[in-house]
Amino acid sequence: MSTFLLLIFEFFKTGLFAIGGGLATIPFLQDMAVKYNWFTTEMLTTMIAISESTPGPMGINMATYVGYHMFGLPGAIATSLALVAPSIIVICIIANMLTKFKQNQTVQDVFYGLRPAVVSLILVACIDIFLITLFNQKFDSIFNLFNMKSVFLLGALIVVNQFKKLHPILIIVTCALTGILFAF
Amino acid sequence: MRCIPSFLGEGMKIYIDLFVSWFKMGLFTFGGGYAMLPMIQKEVIEKHKWATEEEVMDYYAIGQCTPGIIAVNTATFIGYYQKGVLGGIVATLGVITPSLIIISLIATALSNFAQITIVQNALAGIRVAVCYLMITSIIKLWKSSIKDTTGIIIFCGAFILSYFLDFSVVITILLSAFIGVVIRNIRRRKI
Repeated sequence: MSTFLLLIFEFFKTGLFAIGGGLATIPFLQDMAVKYNWFTTEMLTTMIAISESTPGPMGINMATYVGYHMFGLPGAIATSLALVAPSIIVICIIANMLTKFKQNQTVQDVFYGLRPAVVSLILVACIDIFLITLFNQKFDSIFNLFNMKSVFLLGALIVVNQFKKLHPILIIVTCALTGILFAF
Repeated sequence: MRCIPSFLGEGMKIYIDLFVSWFKMGLFTFGGGYAMLPMIQKEVIEKHKWATEEEVMDYYAIGQCTPGIIAVNTATFIGYYQKGVLGGIVATLGVITPSLIIISLIATALSNFAQITIVQNALAGIRVAVCYLMITSIIKLWKSSIKDTTGIIIFCGAFILSYFLDFSVVITILLSAFIGVVIRNIRRRKI
């Protein structure tokens, strides 16, 4: 099999079996690094760092990076499409079934239990980023516990938002500029 | 996008809306699928009214237990309910296009991208934005998803399972679904 097809096949497989978002794709990529000589484990670390520091879903970023590294832009397009193809197929089938069974009592009971759990899971997923952002990673005294720049910026956002609801994009851009300006 | 060329016709408008909206969401999401939630609330729920908050929660739950990336799964859901399979594909292409462009550019020139000081500073700033946006999103979700004591109990139970006991997300979701079914059935029998 040509490497190009093999690459598509591997990413389709990743899309089909990686359950639970971008981080779940990492073991599959590690597997690829060992199995084929497409990239080294060291490169994988760089890829993860770049995927985390650029916009977009992490899984897609990683797939694009590997594809681009191997075959340029056609490779990037092929790997990311291969990664999302299983999602599109599976979700369209589920979405179709969901329309039929939406009024079903059991389906409604299932979602009644699910919704509070999902809120909880979202909170859990955010705790790490809260901790990394608001607390200093290496503190030597109690006065150094908080990352003061971040705490001030967060406070400022909360105060400003009391008066005017800002668009999320505006908030992200402002914070990025503040970060550069005040060397966060 | 309000200025759509007339030769494309009204039928195309929804596809363009789907693509542009999801492109924006892909472009301004830093981190995992959860970080996309504030943008989804703004674009999908408030602006285009493609889904309600409860529906988005349901899609997230399903997206967690099915293969693939949560952001893509949610995009497919929203697109599918607007315009069938083609709608799902268009929304998904929208959400992955910014990644394709940005990563291809970076892979060509800047393999040390993540180590550049300005990038690190900007990201530290963006992390504060993400914290703030996530806090407001979670408050909104709490109001729309947790309506009774059972909800609070399931919320706390799921928190303990996944944060302290390290249960997998899929198991936590399946358990809470099971509890939902059991509790509602007990309650119906009492009445």
